[in-house]
Amino acid sequence: MDLARVVGTVVSTVKDPQLSGIKLLLIRPVDPQGQFTGSAMIALDAVGAGSGETVFYVTGKEASFAFLPQHVPADVSVVAIVDQVDECTDARGKRRQT
Amino acid sequence: MFLARVVGTVVATHKDPRLESLKLLLVVPVTPEGKDEGGYHVAVDTVSAGPRETVICVSGSSARMAHGIGDRPVDTAIIGIVDSAHLDEA
Repeated sequence: MDLARVVGTVVSTVKDPQLSGIKLLLIRPVDPQGQFTGSAMIALDAVGAGSGETVFYVTGKEASFAFLPQHVPADVSVVAIVDQVDECTDARGKRRQT
Repeated sequence: MFLARVVGTVVATHKDPRLESLKLLLVVPVTPEGKDEGGYHVAVDTVSAGPRETVICVSGSSARMAHGIGDRPVDTAIIGIVDSAHLDEA
């Protein structure tokens, strides 16, 4: 699971019947500081996330488990809205360098 | 899942029997603004998408959960036609 920020929405009328009623979000991966680390992707919203919110998402077949017992064709799902991220510092009070 | 644009069709006569009667399209991933991101994928179309349409693709084993795929050897499926993609941030 990775952190991301909701940056937009996708509207689709003609789609897999299992997707009806599920919100499609555009999300971009971010680091704990909130900087974008990757390009945008489409995610199914399982928690009611909104634009600008930091979330975490699950990828792969497990993404569809968020909608069980429905069998939804999903490989990216937003499964939580993040309240806060705290990153540990080392003994000198510095953040881990990436 | 990723946004992509349909850029062509793929025809294969000699293939896994479980791929018979599936429509195969050539798609290129695009950004929400519609710019090509590079690379091509062969995707199974489950929503009757047409050329130049922007679509939603699902990849990996989740593609097999798309309508009508079942246990066929497929790892990329088109599961939606995009009406609009709206970016809230510039």
